[in-house]
Amino acid sequence: MDATPADAANFEPRITAFVCNWCTYTGADLAGTSRLQMASNVRIIRLPCTGRIDPMFITKAFERGADGVIVSGCHPADCHYTAGNYHARRRFAIFRELAGFLGVDPGRITFSWVSASEGAKWRDVVNDTVTRVRALGPFTNFRRMVADPATVSAPSTEVK
Amino acid sequence: MTELRELARRLLSEGTVNAVLGWEEGPRGARPAFVTDAAGADRLIFDPRCVHNLAAYLSPRRPHLKQLGKVAIVLKPCDAKAVAGLIRETQVPRENVVLIGVRCGGVLADPESTEPLSEATVADRCRGCPDREAKLADHLVGTAGPGFPGPSHRAQKVEELAALPADQRWAFWQAEFEKCVRCHACRQVCPMCFCERCLADKTMPRWIESSPHNRGNFAWHVARAMHLAGRCVDCGECERVCPEGLPLGLLTRKVAQVVADRYDFRPTDDPAVPAPVGTYRMDDPQEFIL
Repeated sequence: MDATPADAANFEPRITAFVCNWCTYTGADLAGTSRLQMASNVRIIRLPCTGRIDPMFITKAFERGADGVIVSGCHPADCHYTAGNYHARRRFAIFRELAGFLGVDPGRITFSWVSASEGAKWRDVVNDTVTRVRALGPFTNFRRMVADPATVSAPSTEVK
Repeated sequence: MTELRELARRLLSEGTVNAVLGWEEGPRGARPAFVTDAAGADRLIFDPRCVHNLAAYLSPRRPHLKQLGKVAIVLKPCDAKAVAGLIRETQVPRENVVLIGVRCGGVLADPESTEPLSEATVADRCRGCPDREAKLADHLVGTAGPGFPGPSHRAQKVEELAALPADQRWAFWQAEFEKCVRCHACRQVCPMCFCERCLADKTMPRWIESSPHNRGNFAWHVARAMHLAGRCVDCGECERVCPEGLPLGLLTRKVAQVVADRYDFRPTDDPAVPAPVGTYRMDDPQEFIL
């Protein structure tokens, strides 16, 4: 995790993507089987629904070293569970503004709707996010916290 | 005050309620009081030092009132919004509480204060507060002062912060979170924090690091603000009880503004109005989603 080069020229962003099983994960799968070329900086975490994605997931991802986060799921009216994405939409609208207010650059978080047939859109979302985060540079806010001896009080624990 | 005491005495002697929850004179200013007999009704007071949001005692997480059965509770208009929230979220059956509304024209920032209520001593949240009496109340007593003009200092500070570049905002909050000792007083005093088991106490997985380090502190205050989105009634208790003086009201205020702007929801003492998080509209704005 500490291997991320601080050197901006060699910086490869580490992006965590939280995606829903029914649309975006399948869409990303389609992008793969269609042999679409895209940036390889994204680690996908598959969840049942965007409604399952707690804002704590995003906080944790940043805490543990992500430079950017993608949250993606079914388009409105397409949710496998009818309304999960509508609930998520409200939650993330609020979270996005709160994170910005606390000083996290909103450019590090991408929200998108990608359906199972939109492999090409997934590629674009990934490429856009990687380009944007690359321009913003490494997300050192949390790493600095630990590097600064004044703020170190306990080693972090692994998520089980 | 006589009106309040007489009403409390009547409710207790008629057996309508087994206890009246209000404020009394303590050794250091006003403090919460549980009155369980009619003779004790004379202990009750209401003046601008009665700052505490007593609705927190109704939360099912607290055993205080469980054995008492039906109780009456004295409420300022802002406290009534918290009770409405508890009723809305099915934590308190409406028929189990008698609500005594006191008309209010603002309270002091500090319950121990000996100063008169003035522009300088009023609690910040009361600036610009339009509510003089709780519509939810079963009984209304007292007279209200004129109130204080807004905007509150907190609302101004939120705007100031929002105008800063992101890294300066980050630095501001890091300096504040640095002070947090994670005593969770903000959670304990909050009338809307009623989970039996708090996210912050869970260890598998541990979402929020328990040590008072900025990393866990950040996660804790994000989680708290998110969980209070559309639920916070802006009673200001979290900020008042914080031993380290963190400006927690800025976070809840910011989130409340987002909820008001995007979903046209403001804290209300009408339990029938649905909360903005947990409900949705098909045409909610989604300009931030690709």
